[in-house]
Amino acid sequence: MKILITGISGTLARGVAYRLVRRGYEVVGIDRRPWPDVPEGVEMHQADIRKRPAEDVFRIARPDALIHMATVTHFTTTTEERYRINLGGTRKLFEYCHEYGVKQAVFVGRHTVYGATPDSPLYHTEDEPPLAGAAFKELADLVAADLYAGSALWRWPELNTAVLRLCYFLGPSRGGTLSGFLSKSRVPMVMGFDPLYHLMHEWDAEEAITLAVEKQLRGVFNVAGPAPVPLSVVCSATGRRAVPIPEPLYSSVLGRFGFPYLPDDAVAHVKYPIVIDNKAFLEATGFVPRYSAKQTMEGFRWN
Amino acid sequence: MSLLNDPQVRRNVERLPIEFDDYGFDRFGLSRKALVRAYSPMAYIYRHYLKVTAFGLENVPATGRGLIIPNHSGGLGADAAMILTSLMLNDEAPRLGQGMAEYFLTRSPFARPALSRLGHLTGLPEHGEQLLNDERLVLVFPEGARGAGKLYKDRYKLVRFGTGFMRLALKTGTPVIPCAFIGGEESFPQMFHIKWLAKLLNGPFVPVAPQLVLFPLPVACQVYYGPPMHFEGDGSEPDHVIEQYVDDVRHAMERLISTGLDARPRAFMFDRMPDSDEEQKR
Repeated sequence: MKILITGISGTLARGVAYRLVRRGYEVVGIDRRPWPDVPEGVEMHQADIRKRPAEDVFRIARPDALIHMATVTHFTTTTEERYRINLGGTRKLFEYCHEYGVKQAVFVGRHTVYGATPDSPLYHTEDEPPLAGAAFKELADLVAADLYAGSALWRWPELNTAVLRLCYFLGPSRGGTLSGFLSKSRVPMVMGFDPLYHLMHEWDAEEAITLAVEKQLRGVFNVAGPAPVPLSVVCSATGRRAVPIPEPLYSSVLGRFGFPYLPDDAVAHVKYPIVIDNKAFLEATGFVPRYSAKQTMEGFRWN
Repeated sequence: MSLLNDPQVRRNVERLPIEFDDYGFDRFGLSRKALVRAYSPMAYIYRHYLKVTAFGLENVPATGRGLIIPNHSGGLGADAAMILTSLMLNDEAPRLGQGMAEYFLTRSPFARPALSRLGHLTGLPEHGEQLLNDERLVLVFPEGARGAGKLYKDRYKLVRFGTGFMRLALKTGTPVIPCAFIGGEESFPQMFHIKWLAKLLNGPFVPVAPQLVLFPLPVACQVYYGPPMHFEGDGSEPDHVIEQYVDDVRHAMERLISTGLDARPRAFMFDRMPDSDEEQKR
């Protein structure tokens, strides 16, 4: 079976590629960024998913499955560019899947699409609408991409589509949103709040994505590992210092005094939890996370 | 020291049928350390100030889901605090009662983490369902804030019940344990409410009692738990069926309340309830 991974130079995607190669799959990758030491068994194309060469990969390589991980966050890219990549790119890829007879598509999204609000329940289920766009404009493009990918389920029923809403992950590659938030020795908390954070080990996340392809998953699935932990525990277990900052001052200290930068709307994500119910995914794939929250966080201590 | 670290509370928190992680938190953000710290002073008030006696604790399941449905008694929340403490201090089978918190509290800084560390999540139906499906004990006051703001002249009269708790019980197949709290109305006899102040503070009501401070008098209180009630259904029943079930619970609570009122020698009782063996078997 031939599997195409878009955004293959990303940290998580590389891990997925390694896993698939080890299990005897043919892997084709597309990314704008290079992957200099690309392993044997991976056919790498340095291209933009929205441009002609990407379609050529579909036409010539004829992959059986697509893992779409070419999405970007506010940390790297401007708003317009994000819409073009996240929404425009996703749309193009699903059209190619339909056109070139791909049988399985896995969209790797984020659990933050549910949004962090004071009145939303813990343990979001997949049937809840992703509300993040309303309060956090930097996530609106990812919410749209998530919903667009989900719409492929009725648009092209013959294409087996899985939308994964992956919780935060931590690991030795130091990739991902949460690693960025914990990148400095001091972590800005909002005074008087200590939300639950749902996180898993990077290697478990890679395994979950690999399983989604192998088990030919269809539908929308929350992907999480161990139970969530309070942010204050995340800080202490990873050896960071949690610094409580009064809310009115919060946005003005971000990016200064050794704190990481966050967009203004991200404050809600430091005040309120986003916790997901992963029951459906566990039942569908038999996924068992190998790393506990403690192992994941303490492993990140020296990163 | 023991006011913040009571040995009985510490022991019983360890025995709770709840799974805690390596850091002493459960999957809903409940903290073992916070439980000990909060329940220890409550245990002191329970034993020595409000001198609470609990009857019928054997009706509370030792493990597994349950909905505790008490009356509101006294406008200060001492009723909820003492019912929770009676469940925790039950050495036979300590349980943690988890309440549903007001929205305005779970939006406020400090209150939100404090409440969730004690197991009280935002009052959403989803949370009730998640907790019960996780085999927890959930505390619901069916009278709501209306019941808490009862004046002394209306003492121990149940006001209109909400029906949400019954649909929740049916949907999750949970037994309902009716409960009566006696003594709250005497410990904090509400004479009248200051309406304009309540409006100003955006709260439900501001009560005034003879002691003038917002703290209960040391009147002995009692908690009565009735036998668990099981109802047939899945929560999608029409209103008249649900209302019938709710009335059954209401009657059970009224019986417990009148038993409790008859059992005490006098209303303003400043000593512990005479604790005869017969009564404990009731």
